[in-house]
Amino acid sequence: MSLPILKLIAQRIALGILLLLAISVLIFAGTQILPGDVAQAILGQSATPESLANLREQLGLNDPAYVRYFHWLGGVLTGDLGTAMSSGQDIATSIKGRLWNTLFLAFWAAIVAVPLAIILGLIAVRYRNGWVDKLISGLALASTSFPEFFVGYLLVYFFAVKWQMFPAISTVYDGMPFGERMQAIALPATALTLVVLAHMMRMTRAAILNVMQSAYVETAELKGLSAFAVIRKHAFPNAIAPIINVVMLNLAYLIVGVVVVEVIFVYPGMGQYLVDHVTKRDVPVVQAVGLIFAAVYISLNIIADIGAIVANPRLRHPK
Amino acid sequence: MADSNAKPGQPKAGVLLDIRNLRIEATVYPPGEAPKNIVLVHDVSLTLEKGKVLGLIGESGAGKSTIGLSSMGYGRGGVRITGGEVILNGRDILKGGKEGFRKLRGREVCYVAQSAAAAFNPAHRLMDQVVEATLLHGTATRAEAERRAVALFKKLSLPNPETIGERFPHQVSGGQLQRVMTAMALCSEPDLIVFDEPTTALDVTTQIDVLAAIKDAIRDTHVAALYITHDLAVVAQVSDEIMVLRHGRLVEWGGTRQIIKEPRQQYTNALVSVHEIEHQEQNPGVTPFLSVKNVTAAYGGGHVKVLKNVSVDIYPGQTLAVVGESGSGKSTLARAITGLLPPEQGTVTFDGRPLANRLADRPKEDLRQLQMIYQMADVAMNPRQTVGTIIGRPLEFYFGMRGRERDKRVAELLDEIEMGKGFVDRYPAELSGGQKQRVCIARSLAAKPKLIICDEVTSALDPLVANGILKLLLNLQQHEKVAYLFITHDLATVKSIADSIAVMYRGEVVRYGSKSKVLTPPFDAYTDLLLSSVPEMEIGWLEKAIKGRRMASAGN
Repeated sequence: MSLPILKLIAQRIALGILLLLAISVLIFAGTQILPGDVAQAILGQSATPESLANLREQLGLNDPAYVRYFHWLGGVLTGDLGTAMSSGQDIATSIKGRLWNTLFLAFWAAIVAVPLAIILGLIAVRYRNGWVDKLISGLALASTSFPEFFVGYLLVYFFAVKWQMFPAISTVYDGMPFGERMQAIALPATALTLVVLAHMMRMTRAAILNVMQSAYVETAELKGLSAFAVIRKHAFPNAIAPIINVVMLNLAYLIVGVVVVEVIFVYPGMGQYLVDHVTKRDVPVVQAVGLIFAAVYISLNIIADIGAIVANPRLRHPK
Repeated sequence: MADSNAKPGQPKAGVLLDIRNLRIEATVYPPGEAPKNIVLVHDVSLTLEKGKVLGLIGESGAGKSTIGLSSMGYGRGGVRITGGEVILNGRDILKGGKEGFRKLRGREVCYVAQSAAAAFNPAHRLMDQVVEATLLHGTATRAEAERRAVALFKKLSLPNPETIGERFPHQVSGGQLQRVMTAMALCSEPDLIVFDEPTTALDVTTQIDVLAAIKDAIRDTHVAALYITHDLAVVAQVSDEIMVLRHGRLVEWGGTRQIIKEPRQQYTNALVSVHEIEHQEQNPGVTPFLSVKNVTAAYGGGHVKVLKNVSVDIYPGQTLAVVGESGSGKSTLARAITGLLPPEQGTVTFDGRPLANRLADRPKEDLRQLQMIYQMADVAMNPRQTVGTIIGRPLEFYFGMRGRERDKRVAELLDEIEMGKGFVDRYPAELSGGQKQRVCIARSLAAKPKLIICDEVTSALDPLVANGILKLLLNLQQHEKVAYLFITHDLATVKSIADSIAVMYRGEVVRYGSKSKVLTPPFDAYTDLLLSSVPEMEIGWLEKAIKGRRMASAGN
């Protein structure tokens, strides 16, 4: 790889880290200005002023905000996300299993959704403006337009209740056999796939159609290539940058946007963990989960940027 | 008609391509009207023998490319072949269906596009694209096809023929790409190549090399060719026969010598004699009203010097032509004068006082005195404004004219550009290319400027239309006493309009003076190259010009 490209990539990564730091400040500030007193929340209404003061001292709540921020940030950087107030458990330990569950679900949804979306996009371009194109676009749009809880309950109704093919509740536990685990996540993964499919498919179609106007596509047609070969070999490679972008945005959604789907299927992932602790006003947990979601989002976008840079032959092979 | 025209129904021995009564239609969707069918090609017939070159010539909309592509069964953007036969190697390809087209494209017939820079896929290496058709049709193994490609690169005198195939399109210059595309067409050893304006987008000094390379390659490989161009002088160098087309109909078809020496049709005659405008050079006045003194300008914060110590003078009511190939700094000079690119050093004086360097620092009056007309008239106008609004805008802006007074002046200006009052309510999309350029001229005249900068204003137009624009500009100059800074790469245009000429090369003025002085020998090496590269309507000119050159062109 050439030097300018490495420089561009290094720039992107540095910018990403800077952005993540800025977001950590925002998350910290945001949770600080929320109404309510943590000590009061823990001890309840009947607590005596002395015990409240003691607890505040113990939690470091009397320190200035920036001291608490750096204390928190230092902890995060060394892998210490703090202790959950509601349960008194170490956050890092409880997140580990749940993050893994969420990634597992997102991974299998992506494995199905991304290739399917791109192939459907290619087929839509091949038969553009014909009935195949309209059918694909219509179905994909419909599946996105339904809210995910609706799609989720629909899946539960048919596949779990009526035909009893898959469990309605996606319980997973440590040491669960792979096959059972896959069966457990089948329904939430399908729901997620249906939600993200259309966006990626339509962007793939639009990006390739944009390239189909180019003179080099005509050159390929005049070489005698079949319609599909023209799209795959000559149009698709030049449409990769926008496609990578939309794929990464949707992958990010699969990880950070699964809250509703996880709740519907009672799946022990990050989303459910977040929702549980928001209702309990457990600020350290909300901070930790927010930061992890931000990191995932930023990393995937950096990957998209790098993908777009690497896909550009002008940057990969300078004059 | 040439006597090689075969009788219907009896394919003549040696005939490769026999197009009979070809009819091509398209559906157009005019705004606000019902879609309608238009006929692009009206019953055109032609025959081409093996190994011969037929030139198709005509202005845009004549149907040249459409006919050329019909030999591959291809219609651009919804164009349909609705009648006639296209007999290639003894069979009617129109009956072969999609599968049949795919088998002949890239194998029996190959295509060389106008802009190779756009016709190569930016994502793949050149070699992969050059051998793609050969491998697809299975006529050779990969190793064999690559060997053939390298041999063709050598024949087309490309630099580093062994390794140029490893490059990507953006790493190779436009003239080289055009030759690589020719190699790509020849690689699958087709019977026929359709050359669609292969040198039109190139600089004149590059065009001559590419033209010579194409001509040699055609001769050595015995491939037949349809050579499509609007430039009769170019086609005269490579063709055995020439067919003149207009509005999708055949005008005249004959041997190259007959067409250029003894044209039988009036339209052919007009094409042959197109550039002959008489323009008597005016003597420079005593004092120039605009002087560019030792101007140096650069892009990228001073990194890329594009103008080096340039000095020129413009006299009232006269024309200074600036010529040179692309990248020589012609348009940058215009940008420096108008203040769009503030010079790093040097001054521009106007009426004896220096003009502010930056456009933003110039008073409205200075802006009014310098107007511009561009190459692409259609993108220089707001498509949602009528002609009346477009021309009326400078009247309001500079002179505060309103209502009836403005409308009266707009009508006068429309008269001056030889367009009637009926055009006031038209939108740019409803005008032809020449009419659009006329509206742009009227818009610049509306400001009553002392100088109009014309940046390649005729380059995108057909020769006859361009001629009309040049005549109009000369007339307007006489009436309005306006001066022109005329930027062009076309030396024929320069001869017909200029009073003085500045020849630019790599950011410097290499030759400057009155027209007669600049165009009289002895020449410097670059001016000689430039002048000798302009195609002349004479058989055998190409060989003579290549032999007589003193300097190799830079950008090939």
